[in-house]
Amino acid sequence: MMEITPAHYTILSAALFSVGLIGVLVRRNIIIIFMAIELMLNAVNINLVAYANEVENLVGQVFVVFVIAVAAAEAAVGLGIILALFRNKETVNIDEMNVMRS
Amino acid sequence: MAEALAFYTLSVLILGLAVAVITTPNTVHSVVFLVLNFLCVAVLYVFLQAEFLAVIQVLVYAGGIVVLYLFVVMLVNLGRSPEEHQDPRRLGLIGLGLSGAVLLELAGIIAYSYTREQSPPVTAAQASPVQGNIEELGWLLYTDYLIPFEVASVLLLVAMVGAIVLARRES
Repeated sequence: MMEITPAHYTILSAALFSVGLIGVLVRRNIIIIFMAIELMLNAVNINLVAYANEVENLVGQVFVVFVIAVAAAEAAVGLGIILALFRNKETVNIDEMNVMRS
Repeated sequence: MAEALAFYTLSVLILGLAVAVITTPNTVHSVVFLVLNFLCVAVLYVFLQAEFLAVIQVLVYAGGIVVLYLFVVMLVNLGRSPEEHQDPRRLGLIGLGLSGAVLLELAGIIAYSYTREQSPPVTAAQASPVQGNIEELGWLLYTDYLIPFEVASVLLLVAMVGAIVLARRES
């Protein structure tokens, strides 16, 4: 209990990922959903860094750098899409964003 | 013992802030909780000897991505009708108090720097080398992972162009 092992970090990461997943699945505001996706990416990063520290190999941290870069790209494009959708439909509710549905 | 205490405190903070992010009805509050969550994760990275990632986390996530979110939240703000605006005078008082606190802090720093005794200047030989693993991480990124690194930069360029095209107002 007193010694922090990678298992502790894995549990924290899993819990954080689940919280993000609940946010993606339950909330209807698309901006909140994007933030929940960022939470899930952070959970993955915690796992990678914890195990990189455990096995004393820096490759895990290199992967985290790439994950952060992809998250930045995803946020930029996703928020651009949100702005374009909001301009067309005047809403941020994903239930009303069904223009691609036949 | 101390490490366990720090870990459990940070875990509670991270999970609690994550729950706050997805449950708060006000989107602006949600973004603020997200910033605090990212800062707590950065502290966790410091515990895991990933100092460079902690800095990147603060700069890119808490500094860049979240500001982007805040911009979009402000641009698409629907949830608040004009009648719900709070009394501007009350918020002004809070702002006044915060500015006063910052002013006091700055005054304290200046007073402290004048009153303490003069320490000898640090020469280059005395200055300790940078702690952490930034050098090794940079070595890995520019040797073994050079191609993924360049691909990531191209991806960021494409994302930048795409975001500009998507957000541009069609005239």
